[in-house]
Amino acid sequence: MSEAAVSHYLAEYDRFRDVLAASWPAQRRADALEYLKTHGFPTRRAEQWKYTDVSPITRRKFTLGKSPGAHIDDAPVEKLRFSRLNCHELVFMNGSFCAELSRNLRLPSGATVCALQSNGNAELLERYFGNEEIGHAFTALNTAFLNDGVLVHVPDGMEIPAPIHIIYLGGREDETQPSSMSHPRNLIALGRQASASIIETYAGIPGSEYFTNSHTSIQAQAGARLDYYKVQQESRRAYHIGRTRISQQADSRVDCHALSLGGKLARWDIDAELVEPGAEINLNGLYLTSDRQHVDNHTLVEHKQPHTTSNEHYRGIMNGRSRAVFNGKVIVHEQAQKTEAHQSNANLLLSADAEVDTKPELEIYADDVKCSHGATVGRLDENMLFYLRSRALDEDTARSLLTYAFADEVIRDIRFPEIRERLEHSIAGELPDTDLIKEFMQ
Amino acid sequence: MLTIKDLQVRIENKQILKGLDLAVNAGEVHAIMGPNGSGKSTLASVLAGRDGYDVTAGAVEYDGRDLFELSPEDRARQGIFLAFQYPVEIPGVNNIYLLKAALNAIRAHQGQPPLDAVEFLQVVRQKMQLVNMDESLLNRSVNEGFSGGEKKRNEIFQMAVLEPRLAILDETDSGLDIDALKTVAEGVNTLRNESRAIVLVTHYQRLLNYIVPDYVHVLSDGKIIRSGDRSLAVELEEKGYDWVRQGAKAA
Ligand SMILES: Nc1ncnc2c1ncn2[C@@H]1O[C@H](COP(=O)(O)OP(=O)(O)OP(=O)(O)O)[C@@H](O)[C@H]1O
Ligand SMILES: [Mg+2]
Repeated sequence: MSEAAVSHYLAEYDRFRDVLAASWPAQRRADALEYLKTHGFPTRRAEQWKYTDVSPITRRKFTLGKSPGAHIDDAPVEKLRFSRLNCHELVFMNGSFCAELSRNLRLPSGATVCALQSNGNAELLERYFGNEEIGHAFTALNTAFLNDGVLVHVPDGMEIPAPIHIIYLGGREDETQPSSMSHPRNLIALGRQASASIIETYAGIPGSEYFTNSHTSIQAQAGARLDYYKVQQESRRAYHIGRTRISQQADSRVDCHALSLGGKLARWDIDAELVEPGAEINLNGLYLTSDRQHVDNHTLVEHKQPHTTSNEHYRGIMNGRSRAVFNGKVIVHEQAQKTEAHQSNANLLLSADAEVDTKPELEIYADDVKCSHGATVGRLDENMLFYLRSRALDEDTARSLLTYAFADEVIRDIRFPEIRERLEHSIAGELPDTDLIKEFMQ
Repeated sequence: MLTIKDLQVRIENKQILKGLDLAVNAGEVHAIMGPNGSGKSTLASVLAGRDGYDVTAGAVEYDGRDLFELSPEDRARQGIFLAFQYPVEIPGVNNIYLLKAALNAIRAHQGQPPLDAVEFLQVVRQKMQLVNMDESLLNRSVNEGFSGGEKKRNEIFQMAVLEPRLAILDETDSGLDIDALKTVAEGVNTLRNESRAIVLVTHYQRLLNYIVPDYVHVLSDGKIIRSGDRSLAVELEEKGYDWVRQGAKAA
């Protein structure tokens, strides 16, 4: 099956090679295709893919989406905007940049925020992202088919006060068109002492089948500060594979907020490396699944130098017959003394048929470190439920309230109120009976 | 208002209540005392409707209705309030929003319109003074990180706002310093009236100096073995439970 899929993508590549972004080096595309030919797509025999079967993706013959034509329906985009938040907003449909729907793209001079296709700065790309390894088939696919995405470059010492919001909308308007795929690539480079806030939103036309295979690379130089949000709220028939790679230099800090709310089958890897002393990463994650959704979150944090810090806190709520996977690995390398690494994963099962596989892994090769990890899987707390009911709340309301509170824990400290509220709203949309608890969510 | 007859309750095959009788009328204050593990909290939980108890015999009527037909929330809506011995912490659920939802659920049951934010705030302000509640506790998560005394005070504050008809206070005095004890007692006393009944579970006769009960009962090994007026509490304090137990055996 994997071979058939590889041939399909090789043929697709031949069909589209001439229209793909010219600024991306042809050699990298060639290397990526070579990787694909050699390795094929992962099967469940591979440890990293043990719980996630990607054959629903490789079985389907996704084709590159059409660029948006004259007729653009902006209603779905309007819902995704942060209406009360001043931000720089870039909108993509099926992987192609839509200038008409994007706004406020003027930035402080010296900073770059642009679509790759229109303004791929080959020199910047090469400087920051020239030697990335491929590592897995979907990264290879993204690298070969790379067509558009966002380049963010913030020079040394600069702060970009307004958040940068990147919206990727997938799907087709009528079912007669073939299911589309897109391979967005985001390249984010923060110079020394630079700072920015970036939100990636992935969504789709409701009920539409498509495949998003996104890849984000983040480079934070010494003292840089990044607030990074990724909100995956794809259509319930969509396939989403995503990877975020983060590399951090001395004293830089990245706060990552990872929300997986949608998709039929979704997999998201975050690979972070702390390569110089003083680097700190905070990973907050939330995944909500229901019906027959399958959502897999893999994180890898590598402490490569002394005095580096990571705090990871992921929560999941599973309902229906859904299945979630959490695999969090922290590696403390031998020279990374005085590392602090804490990881926790808490899961709430709302139905007897839902499942979660959680695997926190800690590999420590240094001896002077502070590390902790833990995972829990449970149901709603009976004592809390009884307390709320003894205060006149009916059972459904009490359940909904506790479920929402469990999820909200992950995002309640987000520093932009507009972002927090929008995310709370999105979360409420995925959880049972939240219409009953509106008065608790103001 | 509340009539308990021959109540027998098991938890996981262990008999806890072994034929308990108690009648509480509107306007009365009853104190229940008894050794650790005798079943006081079990009684309170069964009355409030907690799951996991097996009622093997007996009956409880509240306002002439079978109490066991009602869900915990319906009991609360019909005026039963339990101040917990160990109030649970609920991260992420706002204390004051919960109280507002509780009050409005009770009002809805009584056919009254919900209070709006301003009206609710007025009630809250007034009751906060009554029990000397610290304002900073209002906007925190329910009981999360509250000190032992703050949790107890929060329970009494909720009671003051919800104005129950039957209040069951399970060791609300434990863990309170002497000033807090007085404030809480004053709060309870102002709620005392002829249409309301209060059941106090306590280990200390000290509380009964401030809230003077009409009746005192001794609960031992799942039964009420002796009832009297407040002088019984004084006598208990002097002579201990063995004295009543022996009296009960002799009788
Ligand atoms: N969930 C439970 N499972 C098993 N046994 C229980 C459970 N809850 C209570 N018990 C037992 O029931 C008995 C009565 O407990 P209860 O809490 O009612 O006592 P109490 O009179 O309130 O004691 P205290 O004065 O210490 O608060 C105890 O022996 C206790 O261990
Ligand atoms: Mg007790």
